[in-house]
Amino acid sequence: MIHVSQLHKTFGNLKVLNDINIGFEQGQIVAVIGPNGSGKTTFIKCLLGMVMPDEGQITFNGKTIKNDWNYRSLIGYMPQIGRYPDNMKVGQLFEMMKDIRKSAEDNVQTDEDLLEAFDMKSIYHKPMRTLSGGTRQKVSACLAFLFNPPVLILDEPTTGLDPLSAELLKLKIAREKESNKLVLITSHILSDLDELVTNVMYIFEGDVFFYKTLEELKRETGEEKLGKAIANIIRQGHKKLKD
Amino acid sequence: MGKIIKYVLYDILQNKIIIAYTLFLLVVSVSMLSLETDTNKGTLSLLNIILIVLPLVSIVFATIHFYNSYEFIELLIAQPLQRSKILLSQYFGVTIALLTAFGIGVGMPLVLLSFTEASSMLILSGALLTVVFTSLAFWASVITNDKAKGIGISLLLWFYFSLIYDGLVLLLLFSFSDYPLEKAVMVFTALNPVDMGRIMILLKLDISALMGYTGALYKQFFGSGYGTIISTGVMLVWAIVPIAFAVRIFNRKDL
Repeated sequence: MIHVSQLHKTFGNLKVLNDINIGFEQGQIVAVIGPNGSGKTTFIKCLLGMVMPDEGQITFNGKTIKNDWNYRSLIGYMPQIGRYPDNMKVGQLFEMMKDIRKSAEDNVQTDEDLLEAFDMKSIYHKPMRTLSGGTRQKVSACLAFLFNPPVLILDEPTTGLDPLSAELLKLKIAREKESNKLVLITSHILSDLDELVTNVMYIFEGDVFFYKTLEELKRETGEEKLGKAIANIIRQGHKKLKD
Repeated sequence: MGKIIKYVLYDILQNKIIIAYTLFLLVVSVSMLSLETDTNKGTLSLLNIILIVLPLVSIVFATIHFYNSYEFIELLIAQPLQRSKILLSQYFGVTIALLTAFGIGVGMPLVLLSFTEASSMLILSGALLTVVFTSLAFWASVITNDKAKGIGISLLLWFYFSLIYDGLVLLLLFSFSDYPLEKAVMVFTALNPVDMGRIMILLKLDISALMGYTGALYKQFFGSGYGTIISTGVMLVWAIVPIAFAVRIFNRKDL
């Protein structure tokens, strides 16, 4: 569904992405993990066309995304830090997004599961600037799922959420998995990803360190938990690099 | 595009600056026009204020508005929308708001209190100046992510066009006073939208005789209907070029 080849990106002197080649298909839940500053968010922003790659090609359903914008109607994006117009009220924000997306798609079947789960209606009258970080995060999550897109890109979805809300969000992601969607999640909380993911992509210094299915990973390392499996791989990998 | 412009306008009306600006213009124009018995004199006094205030407010307001809408722009970029449409909607939103303020604050009193050829020219050139300086503001805002830098560039542009440029032209005229510079001066005027706006009005006020030979040349060129069309055209180029550059830069910008 999404194919990335030879993706390069530098910010000034800093090489952020260094020759990334990868492909994602429908029905996969991919965990994008890696140390801080390894280029996860930049990679995701490249997929969304928010950051322009220096080199390389990204195709979405076989079509290049360069100079295209229509493909974004198939993506729901939840940013790491959701920033919204201060003066706008929560209800207005949802109305506006529906209004804007309506023109791009003919029949929008909105998915209001999360709106109800998070009880968004009760804060519709609050201006965005008064919301706490966690509540903003909930708004971002609702917006990402609202238009029932076949691809979901979630950047650190559970940080800042209270345990109950995080659990509700995970349930929602699990349900999306059944409806054969592609979900990309970046997170540092590996236990969150354990029950969800099918594939693991590990980015290290702007390069794909490994990309494996969860079964492969568990088989190769002999570990049951994702966190331990990854720790194991990184240790081996680093040893290999030393040799 | 219309939908986004609607939300931009809504956002601008939320902060009351644009209303204060309208009231300020209204008070200035009404007092200028009713204090002077000679309508031409009133228009002239109003002209001097407008040539300073209008570009300054347009460029600073548009720049600050751009940086304050950064979140909004970021939100829209991840949606199925064309980047150039997002930026142009912002531009048109701000321009419409500023033009409305100008129309109510200056246009309305002029039409009601002293409607002459000169005052209609004042309305035209004021509107054009608003469009030009908003366009310059967007160009200045797009080239840097730093709000302070962006506002700094905007203010420098305003200083340059309102104050420094005239000084430079004068210096040039003095240094080369032995040569015939009339044609060159006309070109220099076209290179500065503020001067362009001033000339458009002055020539309708019958005081161009005071400007000597150059004034006569101006009158011959800009005073005709043909000249008005050309000067409007030049002003529109001043509006289109910066915003076109801004769109080009914005289309390749990392957010």
